[in-house]
Amino acid sequence: MNAIDIKLWRELWNMRMQAMAIAMVIIGGVAIFITFFSTYHSLYETRENYYQDNHFADVFASLKRAPISLVKRIEDIPGVDKVETRVVTYVNLDIAGYDDPVSGHIISEPDKKKSLLNQIYLEDGQPLEPNRDNQIIISQEFADAHQLKPGDKLKANINGRNKSLTIAGTGLSPEYIYQIAPGAMFPDYKSYGVMWMARTPLASAYDMTGAFNDISLTVTKGTNLQDVIDELDNLLAPYGGIGAYSRKDQLSNRYLSQELKQLKNMATLFPIIFLGVAAFLLNVVISRLIALEREQIATLKAFGYSNIAVGMHYSKLVLMIVTIGVILGIALGIWMGKGLSGLYMNIFSLPYMHYLLKPEVIASATLVSFGVALMGTLYAVNNAIRLSPAQGMRPEQPMTYRPTLIEKLGIQTHFSQSSRMILRHLERHPVKSFLTTIGISLACGIMMVSGFQKGAINKMLDVQYNMSQHEDLMALYTEPTSTRSLYSVKNIQGVELAEGFRNISANLTFEHRSYRTSVKGVEPNQVLTKLLDSELKPIKVPEQGVIITDYLSQQLHIKVGDTLTIKVLEGNRPILQVPVVGTAKEYLGLNVYMQRHTLNRLLKEGDVISGTYLKVDEKYQKQVYKDLTNMPKVVGVVEQKSAIKSFYQTMNDTILLFSFVSTLLGGSIAFGVVYNSMRIALSERNRELASLRVLGLRRSEIAYILLGEQAIITLFAIPIGFLIGNGFCAYLAMKFDSDLYRIPFVLENNVYATAALVVIVSSLLSALMIWRNLAHLDMVAVLKAKE
Amino acid sequence: MQSTQTQISENNQLSQSIEKEVVFELEGITKIYQMGEVQVHALRGVDLKLYEGELSVLLGPSGSGKSTLLNILGGLDTPTKGSVIYHKVLDDKDEIIDLSAASEHQLTEYRRFNVGFVFQFYNLIPSLTARENVAVVTEIAKAPMTPEQALELVGLGERFDHFPAQLSGGEQQRVAIARAIAKNPDVLLCDEPTGALDSKTGIKVLEALQRVNQELGTTTAVITHNAGIAQMANRVISLSDGQITDIHTNKTLISPKDLSW
Repeated sequence: MNAIDIKLWRELWNMRMQAMAIAMVIIGGVAIFITFFSTYHSLYETRENYYQDNHFADVFASLKRAPISLVKRIEDIPGVDKVETRVVTYVNLDIAGYDDPVSGHIISEPDKKKSLLNQIYLEDGQPLEPNRDNQIIISQEFADAHQLKPGDKLKANINGRNKSLTIAGTGLSPEYIYQIAPGAMFPDYKSYGVMWMARTPLASAYDMTGAFNDISLTVTKGTNLQDVIDELDNLLAPYGGIGAYSRKDQLSNRYLSQELKQLKNMATLFPIIFLGVAAFLLNVVISRLIALEREQIATLKAFGYSNIAVGMHYSKLVLMIVTIGVILGIALGIWMGKGLSGLYMNIFSLPYMHYLLKPEVIASATLVSFGVALMGTLYAVNNAIRLSPAQGMRPEQPMTYRPTLIEKLGIQTHFSQSSRMILRHLERHPVKSFLTTIGISLACGIMMVSGFQKGAINKMLDVQYNMSQHEDLMALYTEPTSTRSLYSVKNIQGVELAEGFRNISANLTFEHRSYRTSVKGVEPNQVLTKLLDSELKPIKVPEQGVIITDYLSQQLHIKVGDTLTIKVLEGNRPILQVPVVGTAKEYLGLNVYMQRHTLNRLLKEGDVISGTYLKVDEKYQKQVYKDLTNMPKVVGVVEQKSAIKSFYQTMNDTILLFSFVSTLLGGSIAFGVVYNSMRIALSERNRELASLRVLGLRRSEIAYILLGEQAIITLFAIPIGFLIGNGFCAYLAMKFDSDLYRIPFVLENNVYATAALVVIVSSLLSALMIWRNLAHLDMVAVLKAKE
Repeated sequence: MQSTQTQISENNQLSQSIEKEVVFELEGITKIYQMGEVQVHALRGVDLKLYEGELSVLLGPSGSGKSTLLNILGGLDTPTKGSVIYHKVLDDKDEIIDLSAASEHQLTEYRRFNVGFVFQFYNLIPSLTARENVAVVTEIAKAPMTPEQALELVGLGERFDHFPAQLSGGEQQRVAIARAIAKNPDVLLCDEPTGALDSKTGIKVLEALQRVNQELGTTTAVITHNAGIAQMANRVISLSDGQITDIHTNKTLISPKDLSW
């Protein structure tokens, strides 16, 4: 090794704490980059493989009942490749030892062959035996939630008759990667499951022999999906088709796509911040090192080392620190990426997760890190390159100071000499003071993001379920039913309130934009579900016109006063023209609301409802649920609260992990910035402080000068950090917005408090380390040595 | 070796007979620095007394141990062996500090309230004006003069509000002296105060030192390797190789401006 390289290693060793603090910030940036990108690619590729292996369909549609003979005509639609019809039913289940309501979908499996599309991935047990009416395969998540295994039994209410079913196997389906009950917003594997049963017995139980109520198909490459969907809609319309949709709009796939989008957002924003901070720190540290080594640089040049060699020398130091950061960052990123991918495998029902770390991800993380670091230190290294030997031998000019602005105002008499030193030093180095402040602010801002997510989800649930939806149960009817049915519902013991609603599938159009959702007809004075305005105050649905979700109005670019075209996808499929009279704040889903009577009238139907919201005395809730499910017209009962509870459990684990990681990362930035800036200040002012010690100042008094400056910077940084954090959170909230859900932009006081606390604790920690260094100030050396 | 020791103690006796109070009493001071695997003997058994109000010069080439001695007197360093007793000059009672056994905290308090320091390279705080550099010390002292008084004393009456970068070397050193004396210290320790200055400026600095010593009666010790300066001192203590080789008392003191530089 060259002598000059040995010098490099020794210097790195001497500044190991500072180097580690910088490397930690780089590790953070690289690790986040690797974690999110590798998880993104893993999730993306796994989904693609899974879809391909298990023949996930391109187009889906449900209908009331159509004869099998219709299939021939569907197959003739240009571009259609494979077609599979199914019988799908919604059933209530009874699981031994579990008292709360459970429901599920039973999907038919072809009797003698494997299904063509949306094939089951069998995890455990055996495939279904043909024609067996007492065998089912259940979804793995559902099995896990109830600890069911092949051979166990459960009871299902199949078309009014309780039937005991044996579990043949457990499995997963590409159609239900995100598995939620109809009407629910979150998965609840305990109360909802997907199951498969042989077609013949299922069809005969539901009078579907020779018929189907669900169809999925694939298309050949290059086919225009919309044409196929339109054709299919035309064919299915007479059979009660409620509109076909493509894979893009398939619920499970939509959730997954939304998640992928979020991963990509996270993967870019944070690494940029981390690497920016690291570049700043490297600049500060290398600048200081070069200033300290002026004479050495001059000596080396006097001995004949070229400018380039000197420049390379200091660049190498930067590269060594970055290399440590990148290598450890990649390692940490792989570890966290695998962890996060595993977490996704559980949140989403995926049969496997191929962890995929693309070489280009590693390459770009490495290149960007090195590039940013070298750019950040360009100025400092250039100073070393340009220093002429003769100039370097002379000591640097002393700093010129001036009274600060504050002092010019004439209030300096209130400041001690130490305080004046602090203020003048801050003002003398405006760029450094500013960048240090921003560095700490960024740490504070990053910290706020983790707190924000938790608060936002709480807010979302609070608005949705405490302010907007007050019902305990929601009963859905098999078909539009007279409002008279409400009387029998109200008569069930324990029901305190029952309010009917009408619900139809529809395609909304305004100008060239359209969106498929449901139109809800609600009672004008209903108590159980309330619409809220932007200030979260309840609003009433007027007799004429519709109120739509605020986000829907943005998506369709429709304003209050415009006319919305509603293409109803049920019944005689009328096309309605209705004015928009208001918007409602909703965080989940996109909806259209109008008065039920108005909707009934527009649909030219009687006084009918599609379901009922119920307020139930908690004591009787289970019994009410049982009674409801036994009513012939009730197809299913949804219990929102248990879904929220289980959602919370899933989210809590994820959020806890996320909070821990972001606290660590935010703390590492705060510590990195504060510790380094204090170390540099100590090095720059070593002589000054030691002289003051000689003059009899106590350690606490010189600590005040050094740490006081940092304290001022930190105190300035925190409010700026709050602003930056606000910006980050607003940005993320905006990026996370989708038709499935919107993240409300709310920041609670505790989010601010936690962020400030982490910054303060990190600062105190570095202050403590500096305090120890101050004990070892060499007073004897300053008597002699000239800087 | 033996004869030198005898001579020194005779000299001490001689000085004592002038009946001045002893301020510093050093006995058998040894200082060994561990420099890696090598032991450096900076001081090898030094006995010395310094008296109230006297201006003494510690003379010696570099490596003679004079700086180490000054550091020990100033409470910046402690001896490896031997005792250093500081007698605080008080009107009614005699307060004693054993510098060789003092804690870090005690040494700080000792420097804070008793010692004034003048550095070779001034060591002014660049971000503070002349007046404020002095105020750094007066703010923590028990019975200081005002910064203005101290600066007047060293002849810098008009430059109160200048920052160090706006002052010449000699002016900076005089600010440093003002800073050292402003707290009315009992002891003034100067480490090569003219080392970084040309002779003309150096004389001004020495004049300031002498004036302080004469007008305030501050016990003053000056380190130098410049033998010329020795003529302005009451006593000249010569060091070589970590030992005192000679203590010489000047019968007549020469004013700094007449010193042969």
